[in-house]
Amino acid sequence: MTTLTATEPDINEIHAARLNHLQALEAESITILREAVAEFARPVMLYSIGKDSSVMLRLAQKAFYPGKIPFPLLHVDTSYKFPEMITFRDEYTREIGAKLLVHRNEEAIAAGASPYKLGTQNCCGLLKTRSLLDALEEGGFDAAFGGARRDEEKSRAKERVYSFRDAAGQWDPKNQRPELWSLYNSRLRKGESIRVFPLSNWTELDVWLYLYAEKIPIVPLYFAKTRPIVMRGGAMTLVHEGMQLFPGEKVEQIKVRMRSLGCLPCTGAMRSEADTLPKIIEELITFRRSERENRAIDHDEEGSMEVKKREGYF
Amino acid sequence: MSTSVTTATEESGVTRTFEAFLEAHLEQEMLRFTTAGSVDDGKSTLIGRLLHDTKSVYEDQLAAVQKSRVNRAANGHVDFSLLTDGLKAEREQGITIDVAYRYFSTARRKFIIADTPGHEQYTRNMATGASTADVAIILIDAKAFAKAGGLLPQSRRHTYIASLLGIPHVVAAVNKMDIVDYSEASFTAIRREFEALCAQLGLEGVEMIPVSALEGDNVVTPSARMPWYSGPTLLEYLETVPLARAETAGPMRFPVQLVLRPDANFRGFAGQVARGTLRAGDRVMALPSRRESTVRRIVTYDGDLAAASYPQSVTVELADEIDLSRGEMLVEANSDAAALPDVSNRFRAMVVWMHEEPLVVGRTYIAKHTTRTVRATVRKIDYRVDVNSLEHGPSDAIAMNEIAEVEFETNLPLFFDSYKACRWTGSLILIDALSNATVGAAMIVAPIADTSTGETRRPALVLLPGRADLAERVQDALGSCGERAVVIDDALIPDSAVTAVVRALDLAGVIAISSRKLTAEALAAIESFAPRAVRVEDGTDDEAILNSLTEQR
Repeated sequence: MTTLTATEPDINEIHAARLNHLQALEAESITILREAVAEFARPVMLYSIGKDSSVMLRLAQKAFYPGKIPFPLLHVDTSYKFPEMITFRDEYTREIGAKLLVHRNEEAIAAGASPYKLGTQNCCGLLKTRSLLDALEEGGFDAAFGGARRDEEKSRAKERVYSFRDAAGQWDPKNQRPELWSLYNSRLRKGESIRVFPLSNWTELDVWLYLYAEKIPIVPLYFAKTRPIVMRGGAMTLVHEGMQLFPGEKVEQIKVRMRSLGCLPCTGAMRSEADTLPKIIEELITFRRSERENRAIDHDEEGSMEVKKREGYF
Repeated sequence: MSTSVTTATEESGVTRTFEAFLEAHLEQEMLRFTTAGSVDDGKSTLIGRLLHDTKSVYEDQLAAVQKSRVNRAANGHVDFSLLTDGLKAEREQGITIDVAYRYFSTARRKFIIADTPGHEQYTRNMATGASTADVAIILIDAKAFAKAGGLLPQSRRHTYIASLLGIPHVVAAVNKMDIVDYSEASFTAIRREFEALCAQLGLEGVEMIPVSALEGDNVVTPSARMPWYSGPTLLEYLETVPLARAETAGPMRFPVQLVLRPDANFRGFAGQVARGTLRAGDRVMALPSRRESTVRRIVTYDGDLAAASYPQSVTVELADEIDLSRGEMLVEANSDAAALPDVSNRFRAMVVWMHEEPLVVGRTYIAKHTTRTVRATVRKIDYRVDVNSLEHGPSDAIAMNEIAEVEFETNLPLFFDSYKACRWTGSLILIDALSNATVGAAMIVAPIADTSTGETRRPALVLLPGRADLAERVQDALGSCGERAVVIDDALIPDSAVTAVVRALDLAGVIAISSRKLTAEALAAIESFAPRAVRVEDGTDDEAILNSLTEQR
């Protein structure tokens, strides 16, 4: 972008220099963030600590600069998150001066909810969906920003930027408000809420390019490193403290990275040599595999993300 | 930064070619396009083909499609439509029933596709997808054309909607050329009819490309089976079509989204430039106050800018403390009248209706225009457009998926351009005040000159001195016309506060009703902000008062 200079700006030059696609996406996302803050009474940003959240957080800093981010961040902690994620979360949010709320479904966690015991659908239902809905209700939030992108999964391709949820937090794919131009309808009745997705039009490649161009810090798990791994359910699972090995499982040291960050038991690692952002981007354009593939939850059954979304999962 | 945080500064071991790739990608332009076609024109297949042939489909997605239980493509072809048909219900019915967004990029551009359905009752979805598009691809089925002996009504409708939504570029993809033996005669017959339609609609620079989505001819790869066609493939067209937009040039418009006041020393107006260019040092005028100031700084997180153009999101600091808030607008000062937006509360607009409950004359809706939310009352339906024949006809109501020209009156003035001149400042959405559903989309044609003497203007205050008995009936009468009115004869509102109360209600679009006997001084104060809008009804017959109020509504 042009910076302020003493010389007279050349108007022809300005017209010639069209925004590149990242700048255009950034401008659109900032408008969405500001619009929601202007129109909703109590917005909150869902902060998952992942790379998309990191981009969304930077966009929020930009949208309200020179002010601070005018809403809290909410992290739904399932208790199965990678320890590196929690460290990063606490340090980074403190550094940028954001207000952080952490919510856990303590009842379910105390009862020992786990994907092994309940299956991934039920476990996500209790520790993510239920926990999220409770947190939104307790906080009285009428709008929640989420980092979901339309390119992630088929059912998300039809998602609106403003995704309307009824009083039970549920999504009805057949009853979404038409969305034209950049005119978003924020009107709600009591109990209803809207999920706002500022990154709707970003692709995975856009996110990586933006992290690179903007020098945005991300959790080190995204970068390749030799880590202890066991093969479980066909996926490479990172060995962590307190993890119980099943009979026959063998720990190997493999150079891996995480392509997306979910919960320890359900997020598979991938073999990789990519230990810098340019290498990750290079890897991304060489391997054409969609990022959610390494997450167990999308493959439970055909259309499983859509089932979760109807129930209130992001 | 703590040590556990890895930053993006290391670049060792990265090849030169890769750096070139990065640089190229960071400089890519973005193009949004929409696709419109009738059921079975092969639209999803075309998009699937574009994604597949530009290597935008991930291996696992392709594998999932190949093993899917559903396959509508014959002869062992991969059913590319499965790549884009998103929701379960749609997969089962075999039709796309909503707008789906898809993304892909080539070395030249990043593309956003709004894939919209072609089924009759889903005009609203096409309008939705078209509203932000730079290019519209209209699919025409060569086989169906041959069978029907002409363009299907849906193709006319799609082309009309593309012209109505002001999409800068329209390209017709004549599909299923494989079924008509790649015949030039078939293509020419379609071209003649389509070009006539475009001429009728005033659409210029329309391209036509013969393709086969199923076989891949002229989608990404030039077809060897149509040597008579020498134009670009569909992808070449999308990569090279010039992106100049009306919004880039033209007089500046900056609707204020938010006032940022992080501390006592800074007051900035945040927003997205809707048209033209805003420069530091420019004289600007605020609407509606018409107060002027100078742009002191254009502030962003990445440093101050000398100038910001459409569609940049920035924060503007002005040299003077002028009254300006969300829903108001900055424009260039000292410009001639033609460069200023229209400031009016009455205008004509083309409406696409999107809800089961029809639009009716006399109803008041919530209207969102730029960052401004007002109440808009339907005064008149000028005509309805038959989207198949494009003929105009009279109508009292507009049903779902119908299009009409409508006259609106808003409770507060809007600052607007015609939709033709600027999409961002010429468009609005209509919201039902009870259900909160988005019920319509409107594109402003022109303001309506205020030829009245003020009699038809919404009054700020209906004053009925000494007639407390009539106040409630007046309130009901106004309510039945879609107005919001409130009696302000509350013991907690002293006479000295009436001016302020009337002003506050006027700003909120609510009519005040009072049976007080106000002083001439108080009346003059009210008239100062609501000229011609105060009614003093004295000694008039009750019915005459009510009639005069409701007739003008």
